Amino acid sequence: MNTLLPQLAAGLATGGIYASLALALVMVYRSTHHVNFAQGEMAMFCTFIASLLIEAGWPYWAAFAATVAIAFALGAAIEAVLIRRLRHAPVLSTVVVFVALLVILHSISGWLFGYAIRSFPSPFPEAGTGGGLVSAHQLGAVGMTLAMLLVVYLFFRHSPLGLQMRATAENPVSSRLVGVRVDRMLALGWGLAGAIGAVAGMMIAPVVFLDVHMMSGVLVYAFAAAVLGGIGSAPGAVIGGFIVGVLENLVGTYVVGAELKLTVALVLIIAVLVARPNGLFGKAVVVRV
Amino acid sequence: MSEVLLDVRGLEAGYGHSRVLFGIDLQVPVAGVTALLGANGAGKTTTLRALCGMVRRQGQVTFAGRRIDTFATEDIVRLGVAHVPDGRGTFAGLSAEENLRMGACTRTDKAGVREDFERLYEYFPRLKERRHQQAGTLSGGEQQMLAIARALMLRPRLLLMDEPSFGLAPNVVQDIFRIMRRVRDEQRVAILLVEQNAGLALDLADTAYLLETGRIVLHGPAAAVRNNEAVHAAYLGGEIA
Repeated sequence: MNTLLPQLAAGLATGGIYASLALALVMVYRSTHHVNFAQGEMAMFCTFIASLLIEAGWPYWAAFAATVAIAFALGAAIEAVLIRRLRHAPVLSTVVVFVALLVILHSISGWLFGYAIRSFPSPFPEAGTGGGLVSAHQLGAVGMTLAMLLVVYLFFRHSPLGLQMRATAENPVSSRLVGVRVDRMLALGWGLAGAIGAVAGMMIAPVVFLDVHMMSGVLVYAFAAAVLGGIGSAPGAVIGGFIVGVLENLVGTYVVGAELKLTVALVLIIAVLVARPNGLFGKAVVVRV
Repeated sequence: MSEVLLDVRGLEAGYGHSRVLFGIDLQVPVAGVTALLGANGAGKTTTLRALCGMVRRQGQVTFAGRRIDTFATEDIVRLGVAHVPDGRGTFAGLSAEENLRMGACTRTDKAGVREDFERLYEYFPRLKERRHQQAGTLSGGEQQMLAIARALMLRPRLLLMDEPSFGLAPNVVQDIFRIMRRVRDEQRVAILLVEQNAGLALDLADTAYLLETGRIVLHGPAAAVRNNEAVHAAYLGGEIA
C-alpha cells in the first residue's frame, strides 16, 4: 500500500503535462471546431527551437519567451496558409490534412534537427520537494499548466477578444454580421494553441527527453484528457488531464502493467465517446426554435 | 424626397448557377422605414444578403456616398449597416447580454455602449430579465427581440430587417412592431424592412417596393402601394376596406 501515494503523485504530475497539451487542443477546437492531430508535432518542433536558442547561449526564460512568440506565429501562419482553405471542406479532408501536417512536421524536424535524443533543461531547481514524492520540475510543470488554464479562462470569460472568439467559433456568419474579422479570430485561436502547445513541449521535454518522437504517446493521452473533459472546455481538459494521468499510473501499476498503459487512454477515449460524448464538463448547447 | 442613404442600381445576385435577382433598383432615405414586400421566393432575403456581401453580387450599391458592392460583410457592417438576419442568427451558447455585447464589438465609445445597453433594456425589458440566460434557451419572440437589440447595439445608420414577424405568435408580433415604431421615431436610423406580412409592413413604412421573382415590379409611398389593386389582391387578401 505504500506505493499508492507515490503512484498517485506521479500520476498527477504526468497528468499536468497531458493537461497542458489538451489545453492547446481545446483552444483549436473552440476557435475552429477542428481537432488538430498535428498539435503535438507543432509543440515538438517549437521545443527544438527553444533547445537551439538555449544552446546558442540564451538565458532559459528569454528562450522560453521567444519560443512562445515563434509558436504563436507558426500556429497563426498554419491557419492562414493552410487551414483557411479547408473552411468549406468535408470533415474527412480536414482530418487528412491534419494527419499530413503531423507527418510533414515530424519529417522536417528530423531533417532539420536530427533524430538523436537530446536532454532539455528544466527551469526549476534540481532538488526534490514535497517529501520526495514529486520533483521540483513536476511541481513547476503542474503550476505552469494551472497558470495557463487561468489565463485562458480569464481571456475567454472576461476579455472582449475572448468573447469574439467564442462567438466566431459558434456562429461565423452572425459574427461577420456584427463586424467581427472572422479570419483574424481563427488565426488568433491557432496562434494561442501553438503558444500553449510550445509551453507544454518545453515542460514535457525535460521528462521524456527531446526527440522527434517525444509527442507520439503524449498526444494520445492529451486526446483522452480533452475528450474526457469535454473537448470544448478548458477546465475540463485540465481536470481530464489529471484524471488520465492518475488512471494511467494506477491501472498501469496495479492492473494491466506498463506495456498496456497507452491502451488505457484509448479505451478511455472510446468509453467517453460512447457513454458521454460531451465529456464531463462539455455542455450540450440547447436551442429552442 | 429626402436625402438618399442607400442607393442600389442594377443589383444582381444568386446562389451557384441559379440567379435570384435580376437587376434591382432601390433607394432608402436617411430616415424612416422602407418596406420590401413580396411572396416567398421572390428574392427578399437574397436582396438583404447581397446588400451586405453575404452572397455573390453584381451591380452598384452606394451607401452614404460610398460604393460598397465589393466590400466584405464585416467592412460593410463597420460602416454602420446592421442586419437582423433570416433565422435571427442568435449566438445560442452565449448569454443574452453577451449577444448584445457582440453587437457592439466594433465600437470603441464605451460610454455610448453603456448608454445603449440601458436604452435597449428599456425597449426590451424581457431581455433585461433574461440577460444572464443562455440565448438558445430564450423563446422565439425573445430571440427575435435579441436579434433586433443586437443589431441596434451597433448604433447603425441603416438597419436591414429580415421578416421580424416570422414564426411568432400574433401578440408577440404586435409587441415587436410596437417597439420598432419607437425605434423608428426615437433613433436616427433608416430601416429597410423585408416582410411577407404586407399589411403589417405597410403600417410602419413610408415607402414600399414590391419584389416579384427577382425584379421590382412596383414602388411608391406606402399608402399608394396599399391601395394598389394588384397588391391588394395578391398580398393583402381581398377587398379594399
